[in-house]
Amino acid sequence: MTRAVMAPALDSRVPTGPLERQWARRRDELALVGPTRRRFHTVLVIGAGLAGASAAATLSELGYRVRCLVFHDSPRRAHSVAAQGGINAAKNYQNDGDSVGRLFHETLEGGDFRSRESNVYRLAELSARIIDHAVAQGVPFAREYGGHLANRSFGGTLVSRTFYARGQTGQQLLLGAYGALAKEEAAGGVALLPRREMLDLIVVDGRARGVIARDLVTGALETHLADAVVLATGGYANAYYLSTNAKASNATAIWRAHLRGAAFANPGFVQFHPTCLPVTSADQAKTTLMSESLRNDARLWVPLRAGDARAPQDIPESERDYFLERRYPRFGNLVPRDLGSRACKAMVEEGRGVGAGAGAVYLDLSDAARRLGVDVLRERYGNLFELYQHITGDDPLRGAMRVAPSAHYTMGGLWVDYDLMSNIPGLFVIGEANFSDQGANRLGASALMQGLADGYFILPYTLAGYLAGARLPAVAENAPEAREAFAAVDARIERLLAVGGRRTAGEFHRALGRVLWDHCGLERSREGLVKSMEEVAALREAFWGDLALPGGAGELNQELERAGRVADFLELGELMCRDALAREESCGCHFRTEHQTNDGEALRDDARFAHVAAWLPGEGGRGPERLVEPLHFESMALLERSYT
Amino acid sequence: MNVIFRIWRQRDPTDAGGFVRYPVDGLSPEMTLLEALDRLNETLAAHGEPPVAFDSDCREGICGACGIVVDGRPHGPLPCTTTCLVRMRAFRDGATITLEPFRTGAFPVLRDLMVDRRALDRVMQAGGYVSVRAGSAPEANTLPIAREAVERALDAAECIGCGACVAACPNGSAALFVGAKVSHLARLPQGQPERARRALALVAAADDEGFGACSSHGECEAVCPKGIGLDVIAQLNRDHLLATLARR
Repeated sequence: MTRAVMAPALDSRVPTGPLERQWARRRDELALVGPTRRRFHTVLVIGAGLAGASAAATLSELGYRVRCLVFHDSPRRAHSVAAQGGINAAKNYQNDGDSVGRLFHETLEGGDFRSRESNVYRLAELSARIIDHAVAQGVPFAREYGGHLANRSFGGTLVSRTFYARGQTGQQLLLGAYGALAKEEAAGGVALLPRREMLDLIVVDGRARGVIARDLVTGALETHLADAVVLATGGYANAYYLSTNAKASNATAIWRAHLRGAAFANPGFVQFHPTCLPVTSADQAKTTLMSESLRNDARLWVPLRAGDARAPQDIPESERDYFLERRYPRFGNLVPRDLGSRACKAMVEEGRGVGAGAGAVYLDLSDAARRLGVDVLRERYGNLFELYQHITGDDPLRGAMRVAPSAHYTMGGLWVDYDLMSNIPGLFVIGEANFSDQGANRLGASALMQGLADGYFILPYTLAGYLAGARLPAVAENAPEAREAFAAVDARIERLLAVGGRRTAGEFHRALGRVLWDHCGLERSREGLVKSMEEVAALREAFWGDLALPGGAGELNQELERAGRVADFLELGELMCRDALAREESCGCHFRTEHQTNDGEALRDDARFAHVAAWLPGEGGRGPERLVEPLHFESMALLERSYT
Repeated sequence: MNVIFRIWRQRDPTDAGGFVRYPVDGLSPEMTLLEALDRLNETLAAHGEPPVAFDSDCREGICGACGIVVDGRPHGPLPCTTTCLVRMRAFRDGATITLEPFRTGAFPVLRDLMVDRRALDRVMQAGGYVSVRAGSAPEANTLPIAREAVERALDAAECIGCGACVAACPNGSAALFVGAKVSHLARLPQGQPERARRALALVAAADDEGFGACSSHGECEAVCPKGIGLDVIAQLNRDHLLATLARR
């Protein structure tokens, strides 16, 4: 396998000087490509969610030739579309003390000091421009009666800085970026290729120069060459099988790039969202999120007495435990997601869960309904209520809703430097697919912010800097590296089809999900992680020995697509456990039972683990190699997170 | 519960295709229709038979990928509901449920229940956006917009681009889809500079793609999973007429 030449250590290439000046300084340093030269550069963008669509459109506006590959039939389907609650920006429209500095601090602290300070500062700094741009695109954000933009609060913050469009903010922002992409397709700058799945990265002379993709309709393999490759392929929460991600969301693009040498950072950092609809059947295809914004008005509670089977409205106030308000009086129901999820889990383990299987807690809007009236709640959350009713058949305003934690977002992803470039020169990674900004726990309404900051306002500058400074001789389609990658993809597909066993890819996927949920989920222990690594390896072996896969390679074959993705999850799943095992501390979402405070909160070990762990693929019998990027905090002392 | 799926099977765009019956037993009323199809597909795959191809992704009614004609109705029996949110409790035990692709000239069948809706993207390329470059936007609160206007814009902007409106229309018209985008942007100040050009360009592009004309049957409104109403077509017709007159 052709791999990129490794740099000896991970160089984050963070600009020097005070945080407030770093991004301005980097922009001034970065070389530019002249306007008449840009059309001679082709850039491949894989994925067209918020990050990919905004990047592809903006690069095209600047004059680069962009090819954008998506596995959907249309870029408007990307799972960014399902983000509900909102997008953060430090506008301080509420006059409540918000600032770039405060958004930065809260995001850094929310991430439990496991993100790169410089990146987080830049994200906060750019947040306001995203809102400006989205409004100019015609994104219909909620307004006050006077016509100015409205805000609401989200978890882990003490100000209101979240902009929203009912409960479908992601959809509206994605349609804004989709519109920009459509505009550039019409202008001829973007060639969008739908129903294409990236299956390998082409590395020539140590640089990313293209991908091998499969046309999902005809089954044909294609070689796409370029001067740079941008991965915007989202997260890997679907490793757990049940997650809030879309059915087809997968890790294949980033995993294949990893196997070509791209470092995979913090793979064990996975966010579990506290307010998802509980799992009710073994056939369930996925879980569905109920936006965190509900926690502005809802109170989470369980009955005081274990096994209390009364309907929620029949349980009197004195026999309810509002456990988040009790445990975290300052933030109450608006604690960050990692704390919320673990608190829910603790209630269930005490036997005080509710609903089928006693695995859920109540999310209760009745106080707010009395205070504000049902009409106001419908205006704020109308589509969430409809969704709840559709899925559960119950009226969300009668009694209380039932919610439970589920895998939702992955803070881990491919390692990138300050310029969003991986350790393979020319391979850029943006949005959820990279690891950079969210640390060990992402605050609500920050994913949309990051995806769009990366795509509209960061990558277009940093990519230019790379193109201007790199020597990029033309690569022929029959270059040995391209042919080798093509042959490797072809051989792997043949291998999948040749297994001829009896168990479907879906069956293996569900089994993997159970292992990861049990041992690499909300809580992890040394013993469980060691066991799960063995179990995942055994599953992988079973997969390659007993996979049932009908049909052929040269046709539309959704089972083949699924099998390829599950095969990659079976490799990634082991690395997730390995990473969680190596990190002998608790931080954010990563809760090791051996490392907790007396109150059961995460106990960080800053002396040993204030770093990013980035893994290089194993090779020739050698296991994956763990590299370390130390994290430095200049802006604030490393605090113990406190939301009490 | 037990049902019989009567499913359109078609190997590729050139195949004539036909219905095949599949009895499926032991379903629960809480399962979704697509989870029942998932179950059928796993059984087929385990027996080496090609599963039924269909599009779906978010399974929560927002991505617009899913779309099956269920017993003659795009997205199935429930109002304002995408296919993925239809539960088996919407059917009676023992029912025969007929599943077909969205059939209309502009959406070629790729395989089984999967169609090519790329024509809708091409219509959007003709002008379904505000032409603004990243970097050139003014401060967001510079321009106050009446709350009512924004809410009405969002009502139209909720379109998920599933194409059910086209599949339901006897003329195969995309007027509801086009009207939704035209109305979204016509109801906001940001959409005004290109308003006339947009109405003309989108209608022309829809014609070029082979979508039919609207003759006000109203079937589109009845099947729209987002409840988008015929008012957006009225807005489209008005804007198109005014733009045509202004051009003369």
